[in-house]
Amino acid sequence: MNKVASIFLFVFITLVSCHKDNDDNVSNVNISLHFTHNWDGIPVSNSDFNALKFTNENGEMLSIERLRYLISDITLTNSTGESLTIDAYNLVDVTNNGNLEFSPEVLIPTDAYTNISFTFGFTNEKNIDAAYQDLNSASWFVPAMLGGGYHYIQFDGKFLNSSNIEQGFNYHAIRAVDNPGANPTFPQDTFITVNLGAVTITSNIVFNIEMNIAEWFKTPNIWDLNVFNQSLMPNSTAQIMMFENGQNVFSLKSTK
Amino acid sequence: MKRWTLHILIIVAFIITSCSNKSVEVYTSTPSPLNIPQLFQDKILNPVIPIDNPQTVEGIALGKKLFFDPILSADNSQACADCHAPENAFSDSDRFSDGIDGSLGNRNSMPLFNLAWNYDEKFFWDGNTFSLEHQAFVPVTDPTEMASNWTQVEEKLQQHSEYPNLFNQAFGTSAIDSTLVTKAIAQFERTLISSNSKFDKFLLGVATLTPEEQNGFNIFMDENKGDCFHCHGSENNPLWTDNIFHNNGLDNTFTDLGLGAVTGDPADNGKFKSPSLRNLAFTAPYMHDGRFATLEEVINHYSEGLKQSSTIDPLMKKVAQGGVQLSVQDKADLKTFLLSLSDYEFINNSAFNNQ
Repeated sequence: MNKVASIFLFVFITLVSCHKDNDDNVSNVNISLHFTHNWDGIPVSNSDFNALKFTNENGEMLSIERLRYLISDITLTNSTGESLTIDAYNLVDVTNNGNLEFSPEVLIPTDAYTNISFTFGFTNEKNIDAAYQDLNSASWFVPAMLGGGYHYIQFDGKFLNSSNIEQGFNYHAIRAVDNPGANPTFPQDTFITVNLGAVTITSNIVFNIEMNIAEWFKTPNIWDLNVFNQSLMPNSTAQIMMFENGQNVFSLKSTK
Repeated sequence: MKRWTLHILIIVAFIITSCSNKSVEVYTSTPSPLNIPQLFQDKILNPVIPIDNPQTVEGIALGKKLFFDPILSADNSQACADCHAPENAFSDSDRFSDGIDGSLGNRNSMPLFNLAWNYDEKFFWDGNTFSLEHQAFVPVTDPTEMASNWTQVEEKLQQHSEYPNLFNQAFGTSAIDSTLVTKAIAQFERTLISSNSKFDKFLLGVATLTPEEQNGFNIFMDENKGDCFHCHGSENNPLWTDNIFHNNGLDNTFTDLGLGAVTGDPADNGKFKSPSLRNLAFTAPYMHDGRFATLEEVINHYSEGLKQSSTIDPLMKKVAQGGVQLSVQDKADLKTFLLSLSDYEFINNSAFNNQ
């Protein structure tokens, strides 16, 4: 009988020790980033490519022929200042409608976050030469003489130059570099931390993120394609201007 | 002995004796996964192997036999290897290959190597065919090539003294059809891996570049000079191609629309696949139409010969000046580097030759 009593006691203690913690209100959910693109509010997709249908702030007519860019390190910051960074990256390929939706394989705790952000490109620590096989396979690398690592954006097209002739441009952002060669130097960081603001996550959620492509040519530097068109990767002045103009390119349009 | 023990013994004896020596013959061919080179393993994604056509010893051997056998052509006069010769890195030294009746195509035969790493699986200069298996279908019936038909080919193979057994060994059936023929050829083609050039060995630390080769590589990677890397790979993409379609400024107007004829999009007119720069020592003439007989002509094209057109790739530099304006020395060094990507072990590999 003592044995039976002991078993009942054990079961009873086990049962009564189960109570509802406040923490049980926290659940883990999926987040996705959906990327759309516009030119000063007019939607842009790859069906708009290959035609001189855009005019930049400097008044040059231009076309888009190829547009790819990298984002990484989605970070959520909560009210206590703690940050949760998702160690993943996504190569958005607008040309081929590839990876416009990015759903990291990480569950996020529901919470009222004071900020969600991502890195445009890679932070220097993650911009490791040859480290990512998929990016190598996608010819996304940067030559070692320019510091190696990877592109942040490849934006290729044509514009009508001052002689009214179509000319190619390659708006390629990388880590700004001086002294190309065996010992390049880096004047300043040019990856961009894109802050999208406060978000409350209560269930699975999609963040619709817009890139205003026109902003790359607008603020604070009015971009003159007659001056800056090709071979911009080794041009640290151009790279820093891209960094500055990229500060307001992205915005959080909506969530669903 | 107790009664229940006896019953058990009887049941066991019954089961044992009911098992005959007849076994159900389930044939399985011998797996032969691709031997992925170290640089490829380290730098790029895995090769594309269709789930319904795994590499096997028997399938590869059959594919090799078919590749070198003129039985696939209408009059038994032409094999795949006639236009894809091993000594030319499986290309053709003629500008245009002639078919069984002497008629000529309008494009240069593409070299065949590292095909399993064509991730988009778009084959031919204009990407008109998806997957290596489907690619192998095309030349057999092309009237300017083997000019045969698959019914005829299947019949000839079926009546052959060896092939039915070889298909049985490879695929578990001696009933030959075109799908199995192309599967076998594709298996063989996937084994055509080129990864032992001098530059590969340099990257692996077992060879040293000459100063000219090193300077040529720097020109290749320098956006202010050659800027070749955006389309043709680098030390981090040992395929030396992006396998993407570009208009590289060959013509002002197009007689061959290339990708544009496939997609129907005028924006694709004049675009052709970037070829790999491996094995250039063996693959002359160059470009989709073999218009350049020498590497000097190719380099001069990018340096001074670019032609403006509506679809020229924006990556083409200084088009108004004709190109990137390399010096004589830079051109010579660039050529020297490009030749360091040639793989003599590949063209001499007995596994790839008709032996």
